[in-house]
Amino acid sequence: MKRRVAIVGAGITLFRRRMLESPKELSFEASKMALDSAGLTLKDIQSVVSGSAPDAFDGVHMKGEYYLDGMGAIGKPHQRVYVGGGTGVFTPVGGWWNVASGLYDTCLCVAEEKMSPLHPHPQYAFWSIFDQILERPLGTTLLWIFSLEMRRYMHKYGIKEEEIAEVAVKNKGNAIDHPSAQLGARISVDDVMRSEPICEPVKRLDVSPPSDGAAAVILASEKVAKKLTDQPVWLDGVGWTLDSTHWTNRDLAYPEYVEKAAKMAYKMAGIKNPRKEIEVAEPYDPFDYKELHHLEGLQLAGKGEAPKMTVDGVTQRDGDLPVCPSGGLLGVGNPIAAAGMMKICEIFWQLRGEAGKRQVKKDARTGLAQAWGDLMQVGTVTVMRS
Amino acid sequence: MSQKITSYPGHEITPDEVKEGKYLHVIYKFEPRYSWAAGVAISRFLTELKDGKIVARKCYKCQRILVPPRMYCEQCFRPTDEWVRIKDTGTVNTFSISHVGTDARRLKTPILIAVVDIDGASPGMGILHNLGEVEPSRITIGMKVQAVWKRAEERQGAITDIRYFKPVER
Repeated sequence: MKRRVAIVGAGITLFRRRMLESPKELSFEASKMALDSAGLTLKDIQSVVSGSAPDAFDGVHMKGEYYLDGMGAIGKPHQRVYVGGGTGVFTPVGGWWNVASGLYDTCLCVAEEKMSPLHPHPQYAFWSIFDQILERPLGTTLLWIFSLEMRRYMHKYGIKEEEIAEVAVKNKGNAIDHPSAQLGARISVDDVMRSEPICEPVKRLDVSPPSDGAAAVILASEKVAKKLTDQPVWLDGVGWTLDSTHWTNRDLAYPEYVEKAAKMAYKMAGIKNPRKEIEVAEPYDPFDYKELHHLEGLQLAGKGEAPKMTVDGVTQRDGDLPVCPSGGLLGVGNPIAAAGMMKICEIFWQLRGEAGKRQVKKDARTGLAQAWGDLMQVGTVTVMRS
Repeated sequence: MSQKITSYPGHEITPDEVKEGKYLHVIYKFEPRYSWAAGVAISRFLTELKDGKIVARKCYKCQRILVPPRMYCEQCFRPTDEWVRIKDTGTVNTFSISHVGTDARRLKTPILIAVVDIDGASPGMGILHNLGEVEPSRITIGMKVQAVWKRAEERQGAITDIRYFKPVER
């Protein structure tokens, strides 16, 4: 029988284009902050789950083995989970297995990423995720799949680029209030529209930046959590699924794998009507249109309806369904795995009423974090309650 | 960040500071070489490309005609049954105009890319490829296109044996 799992602490470093700290040092800083916030020390931690995206970014093979001492994982059961961009939300899902199964009462979950080592640009690492026989010879870049998907999504539902740009405006604006943020800014739809076209229809301000950073949370069993805090945030639903890498055979207008992951998490958490019951959401937003795509996959908006919700202000911090109150990847930054974990941290702080200037207006008790990745094929979802 | 936390760890460094030697770093170039076996299905696919033909695999159970071809049907989870020659024409499912190359450097001439649903395969069975002989502003979703092949003696059994897809003239 599975046990109820709570988040009892969280930590995060600055997110920046290039950080002095090594992966081990970044991991240590985020882990230590999470431990301190939970009032725990390393000896209280029974297992460690870590997440980091492709080894190709920092050129360190077997990264899980390399950075583990910065996560306090020496001599403890440690596992690294990896589903590309979905990793950050998958990391606490891995931690949930450890605690819900009854194996351990405490689990430290850490996500770390340094994209800056790779030159001339971290984008280059993404070349190697494409099919090595049929796609790489065409000179692929990751931007291609996003621009192709964005175009198909716009075509299917008659969405305008200006509507999509509203997401970048909102998230970069929200990030001004996030102390870790790399790209918080007041910008306009016009700024997005006039920014450099890099892979049409994707323009420079539609995209999140490459970043370095780390973030961590601590999971505890119900028994331990209730001793540690009177404000546990319950990890009541987890879901994850993958589609195949045959992405050119897929309906690019709708992320079915995200729907499946969300339905798994909703079922576990007893969520019957997501749009009514989820009160704050952090869907994955590496590109502005992805936030919309994911809101639809998560059943938080009807198909093709997320742009209107955004234009109408529903997804603002004071709206009926605040979305990416953190500032998201577009504003806070996108150190791949750490960015997903940043979303977990944000929902944790939002549900505890600790988000300060970022606190959403409504009294949110149920929240959701989601990440996405690999070759447009994975959805990872968590539902949390205070 | 929680409002309860007042200091945030980490030190940003700039490319100039690295250049000036303010922070030490080590440069390493990784130059491995790989030889990938193309696999049973894709070896045949590439051999047919060399002959100027596109082939797919058919699953008798779900009746789907799969391209890129695979020796197993991932939905029925059984071996596929038959090689089927499909056309070298298709429909633009989606497209993009890329101003950046693989390493994000800006290109002088943009690359036109598309997912092309191939005629004769099941609906939605597309492949990634380039578009050519078309003004970027004239590309539309739903546009009919046809493969432009390299000359027979230049073909190597590679996806690039098709140079690009061009609009079908009517």
